[in-house]
Amino acid sequence: MKVTAKPSTRQILPDERGRFGKFGGRYVPETLMPALDQLEHEYLKAKEDKDFKKELNYYLREYVGRPSPLYFAERLTRELGGAKIYLKREDLNHTGAHKINNTMGQVLLARRMGKKRIIAETGAGQHGVATATAAAMFGLECEVYMGEEDMHRQSLNVFRMKLLGTKVIPVKTGSRTLKDATNEALRDWMASVKYTHYIIGSVVGPHPYPMMVRDFQCIIGEETREQILEKEGRLPDYLLACVGGGSNSIGLFHPFLGDTTVKMIGVEAGGIGLGVGEHAATLSYGKVGILHGSLSYVLQDEDGQTSPVHSMSAGLDYPGVGPEHSYLKETGRAQYVSVTDQEALEAFQRCARSEGIIPALEAAHALYYTTKFAPTLGKEKLVVVCLSGTGDKDAFQVADKLGVKI
Amino acid sequence: MNRIDQKFQELRRRKEPAFIPFITAGDPDLETTRGLVLELERRGADIIELGIPFSDPIADGPIIQASYYRALSKGLKVSQVFECVKGLRKETDIPIVAMVSYSLVFKGTPENFVARAKEAGLDGATIPDLPIEESDAVHLAAKEKDFKIVCFVAPTTTPERMSRIAKGTQGFLYYIAVVGITGVRDALPPDMRENIQKLKGMTDKPIALGFGVSTPEQARVVGQVADGVIVGSAIVKELERYVDRPATERIKAVGEFTSRLVAGAKGRL
Repeated sequence: MKVTAKPSTRQILPDERGRFGKFGGRYVPETLMPALDQLEHEYLKAKEDKDFKKELNYYLREYVGRPSPLYFAERLTRELGGAKIYLKREDLNHTGAHKINNTMGQVLLARRMGKKRIIAETGAGQHGVATATAAAMFGLECEVYMGEEDMHRQSLNVFRMKLLGTKVIPVKTGSRTLKDATNEALRDWMASVKYTHYIIGSVVGPHPYPMMVRDFQCIIGEETREQILEKEGRLPDYLLACVGGGSNSIGLFHPFLGDTTVKMIGVEAGGIGLGVGEHAATLSYGKVGILHGSLSYVLQDEDGQTSPVHSMSAGLDYPGVGPEHSYLKETGRAQYVSVTDQEALEAFQRCARSEGIIPALEAAHALYYTTKFAPTLGKEKLVVVCLSGTGDKDAFQVADKLGVKI
Repeated sequence: MNRIDQKFQELRRRKEPAFIPFITAGDPDLETTRGLVLELERRGADIIELGIPFSDPIADGPIIQASYYRALSKGLKVSQVFECVKGLRKETDIPIVAMVSYSLVFKGTPENFVARAKEAGLDGATIPDLPIEESDAVHLAAKEKDFKIVCFVAPTTTPERMSRIAKGTQGFLYYIAVVGITGVRDALPPDMRENIQKLKGMTDKPIALGFGVSTPEQARVVGQVADGVIVGSAIVKELERYVDRPATERIKAVGEFTSRLVAGAKGRL
């Protein structure tokens, strides 16, 4: 079979009820159902609209700076002595992460729907910044919910959002992290749905979000496909990416789902241990349950109450995961592993020294697994790692961990 | 016959709306919950809506969320809530409807949850994060046990969905008065009357209204248009004021507060 730059078989999932196998669906209050129906309808219409695509592509190229390079990490490859490692440089996008691929798409959609106000939740702040950026560019009012704990960890991003004219609302409930920010954003939306669009930052939440966010993030995998074919004349053997909610990973994986020779590994946050509240490795240690509007793997207790989670990386510190990942795990199409805080910290520094790239702590999880995995493969094998964002935002936190005062 | 149906039949004969107070199980402890259910019945409540605390409620406002947090921070388990209801059934026949997140219902399978709830003595459940599209499994399990799944209609619900939900609901229909989360509000929305009339044209089942009802006067207005008046956050807030006081004092205070709401709902202000 001839390999083409265009993905060979596009999965038709989710079905019309928003299901990836048994995963996904819509578990939200009745108040939100009409809004989700409207959003799905408008999104499907926009997706088929050439002008919408043209407009989105224009901004992705001229404003975001796409395509992002697929960079051959030569020194890292040499040091590890195994497979050839390519890095998909999502850190080079405007605002420094893959998150803007989605927020540009959704802000354009919000404009089509005539909604004047944008809300979002954010963990590490990258999605918040990307939302604030897109809202600022189009002159839309924007409010971002962020857990108090995350605001401390990511004060730089809080300031960036404020500079961009966004109001950051501290969330003081529960664990004061991403999950609680998501609860608050959903509650806001319940009351403001008539004039507000809620931009979920990952492939989680009720249908159509997991599908829509995935579609906007698929640009990562689509470009990778073209680029690797141009450079190597063939498809990669392995794709690796970190998984919190799972948006950069699904964006990379999805366009390759029909290519059976391409294997996929998602890397979750192993935190500081295997106990409850010590990690955020939902697919590795969770059970099937319901959180934030969809059926997926969840970290919860025997009653169904959400468990506390931990990751040094605010972007991975989440007890749920996108339903499509649950489906890929269940069908065996993708494999999921976990990497600890300490290991990610090691890869963070290594990538900086070997490649001159300071990666986001989130991406450092995928990089660490790569440093262990690549040497076990032959030199002819090709590995693509999604470098989902820049580590500039993590500088203070990492310095603190390393005992350096800045 | 299910206790909910029986109660509404009785109220219809008396031409009275039902007064349905909401309390959170285990807030701040189950002893208070037990005492409150009995007290509320004495004060004229017709049906009790009993919230089973959930760690991540999305339909609930800060007052109810805080009450869930108070209960869960003491390690409350779903099985203990069921035990509490079981104990209450030796003392009262007042209909009790659980309010519970589908996350908890799904966890042990819907069939299992319904069986345990029914066995404990609960008469039905409202599941605020379960839209009609996803509710087949729990409806099926509930029908078998004559356990009532009470469905919601919101002001944003389209006419087409309204009629589907009106058909699917059991026991009564829960009309969400405001676009938003539970909580205390100053004014009742203007489209309330119109929407309830619309729903009455679609179903014979009783229609109870909740979200945003917090004063005796509001209860009076709602009691004139709906078959049931649900008050949640205002009652939980009253309890919260006495949360550091002894249980007896707490129960008495909430009881007195509820008396005034009952008088409002029944037009006896």
